[in-house]
Amino acid sequence: MEEKIIKQISLFAENKPGRLANIATNFRKAGINIRAFTIAEAGDFGIIRMVVDKPDLAHEVLHDAGFTVSETSVLGIEMEDVPGGLGKIADVLGGQNINIDYAYAFVTKTEQALLILRVSDIEGAIKVLDGAGVKLIDMADIQEI
Amino acid sequence: MIEYWNPLMERMPVGELEKMQENKLRSLVNYVYQHSDFYKKRFDEADVKPEDIQTLADLKKLPFTYKSDLRDTYPTGMFCVPNEQLTRFHVSSGTTGKPTVVGYTKNDIHAWNTSLARALTSIGLGRGDIIQVSYGYGLFTGGLGLHYGAEEVGATVLPTSSGNTEKQLDLMQDLGSTAIACTPSYFLFMSEVANQNGISIQNDTRLKAGIFGAEPWSEEMRTRIEEATGIKAYDIYGTSELSGPLCTECQFQDGIHIWADMFLLEVIDPATGEQLGDGERGELVITTLAKEALPLIRYRIGDITIINKEPCKCGRTHPRIMRVLGRADDMLIVRGINVFPGQVESVLMTLPEVGEHFMIIVDRVNELDTMTIQIEMTDEAFSDKVTDIIGLEKKVQAALKNVLNLAVKVELVEKGTIPRSMGKAKKVIDNRKL
Repeated sequence: MEEKIIKQISLFAENKPGRLANIATNFRKAGINIRAFTIAEAGDFGIIRMVVDKPDLAHEVLHDAGFTVSETSVLGIEMEDVPGGLGKIADVLGGQNINIDYAYAFVTKTEQALLILRVSDIEGAIKVLDGAGVKLIDMADIQEI
Repeated sequence: MIEYWNPLMERMPVGELEKMQENKLRSLVNYVYQHSDFYKKRFDEADVKPEDIQTLADLKKLPFTYKSDLRDTYPTGMFCVPNEQLTRFHVSSGTTGKPTVVGYTKNDIHAWNTSLARALTSIGLGRGDIIQVSYGYGLFTGGLGLHYGAEEVGATVLPTSSGNTEKQLDLMQDLGSTAIACTPSYFLFMSEVANQNGISIQNDTRLKAGIFGAEPWSEEMRTRIEEATGIKAYDIYGTSELSGPLCTECQFQDGIHIWADMFLLEVIDPATGEQLGDGERGELVITTLAKEALPLIRYRIGDITIINKEPCKCGRTHPRIMRVLGRADDMLIVRGINVFPGQVESVLMTLPEVGEHFMIIVDRVNELDTMTIQIEMTDEAFSDKVTDIIGLEKKVQAALKNVLNLAVKVELVEKGTIPRSMGKAKKVIDNRKL
């Protein structure tokens, strides 16, 4: 079950010019590649969430650069890129009373859709998604994207 | 066992202390009347003669002295001795206007050292201690004041002054400092730098006491400092006009003992100037009973506090002033409500999610005052759910509203962005053009 959990890097950033550039520079110097990325914007501040190839290093680099940063456990789901793909996942989770805190999706080089999910009960979610035949990707898959 | 520097003086029965104060007050008014043109003129204008002052109750007949008097008579117009009798000058930073000059005779310096020697003894410091003085040295009274006080009790002084923080931490470890004296802001900054460098103040140093002052700080801040670093944090009081750092709390940490043989205390209503009773909060007014070069009569310090004459567990009979809430001139009036930065600090420090540094920003938008409190959250408090962060802002807002009775805006800023200070921290930006 452990291997199905993806470490997402989350960080707090004030909503002002230059913040992303600062993060990007730190990553470039450390040789870290971003696989998926989103900003949740809330007025004065934003929360940046990203899946990277080397999460532990990314955490260290950002922490040392003075950011408030954490590692969050999320799920990565490989979806069939067809209508109804998302609906199935939402149904399965909803049926077990598992809430989706947030989600974002991106398309990989192999033209698969990848969905990143934070849920209220990650272990429960892994069980029920596995049971429903949904393919969860792991950190090794993230390296290869 | 409780130790005293001068047990007879420190434990003198209150009645005898007051008798002594009365005698000293009588000679003081004669002295200033004869030696200072400023005071002679001031007394004459108020139509009060030295012989009108016989008892402590007569004190209120004397006119107040203000900081502006020191400025108006810059540099030495209020002094009672010529410059050649002075041992030292100190000059205030002049943050709120023209600097003020204070002069000291040899006896004044000795009294200052004695005051601190009693204070340091009362918190258990003396021979065998290494006191790191991280207040600024120079014209500012903090560094040299603590320096000579620490030497007086037989401690070893490490005169680091402020700044050069990593070196300070090295020396603290290498030489085994057991106490540190600096602003609470600087100690917080120092702890932060220590953490970043993998140094634990608690485990990697011998530090057991901190003597913190030169800016208002709260009881809640004390709890934080003590819990985070394992030291005892003591409040110290003094102002450059009185001498500099003078008096501290004793080991019981319940108010600062002000030596009654050196200072006469009053608390007044800042608006009317009326004397208030013991236990009432008001503006502190001090008359110096032992100063030669620049005695001060009913000097309006501007700090807001309470005088406590209840017996202290330490056995000292001298009155205490309770934690200074702020300065009368630091008080912000926001939408007609009085706000002291210290109150804001007290509230913030009770919330574990909030870091040690904050900034108050006051603005006027469309004829309405707005107050924004910028805070940094602790690493542990960070959640990557937006609703959690907004919830934190709301929690802080509600806690402040509850105490200040004022709706404020709370703004989370990135860690490290609120300016750190090596001296007195600036905690308010008032952008209103009044």
